Amino acid sequence: MKLIYFAKVREILGKSEEIIEVPSEIKTIQNLIDFLISHDPSYKAALEDKDFFVACDEELVDMDFIIKRTSEIAIFPPVTGG
Amino acid sequence: MIEIRIHPQSFDIDYEMKRIQVSSSSGAMVSFLGSVRDIQSKNSLKNLEIEHYPKMAHKVLNETAKYAFEKWKLSRCLIIHRYGKLKINDPIVLIVTQSDHRKEAFKANEYIIDFLKINAPFWKKENTSKDSYWVSQKP
Repeated sequence: MKLIYFAKVREILGKSEEIIEVPSEIKTIQNLIDFLISHDPSYKAALEDKDFFVACDEELVDMDFIIKRTSEIAIFPPVTGG
Repeated sequence: MIEIRIHPQSFDIDYEMKRIQVSSSSGAMVSFLGSVRDIQSKNSLKNLEIEHYPKMAHKVLNETAKYAFEKWKLSRCLIIHRYGKLKINDPIVLIVTQSDHRKEAFKANEYIIDFLKINAPFWKKENTSKDSYWVSQKP
């Protein structure tokens, strides 16, 4: 599964993207976030305050969204454009 | 006609306005210009760095323009948003909406900038003489 990160989330994780293997029981975005946090402490620092958004294939999604394995999943802080 | 441009280089506001004005018979045109300001930092701003998610930014701006275009019956809609390192007073974003009547052009323009500010994937980081920090969201 391809994960991409932006802004503060990218800086805390120290990477802008990665391909990860996730167990088959990971179904939702919430499952994925929990998996990442349990997998490596740096994700805890980036994601535990819940001040982030998730987009699947460039569409914002909720935490109960069912992940497609082929999706590009982006995790980023609240946007500040304009 | 909808035109979306996302790039690091600057843009010429007069040129963009004139180009749209002469290309259509609609009489009302509204523009919004957002620029880099040095109001948040305690230390002087060296530059403002704008990061974006290219594919999604293009998609969100395009969908936003399309919605406004149909809802307020626009004849032209231009959105330019820059990314990269910008200096104080540099232009960041330009939104031009053109319609037969001013109210529609005003409403569409306000809708686009308000929606963009909370939905388009751009992030600002202020680099000052002493430190750097990410700007927090202000809808």
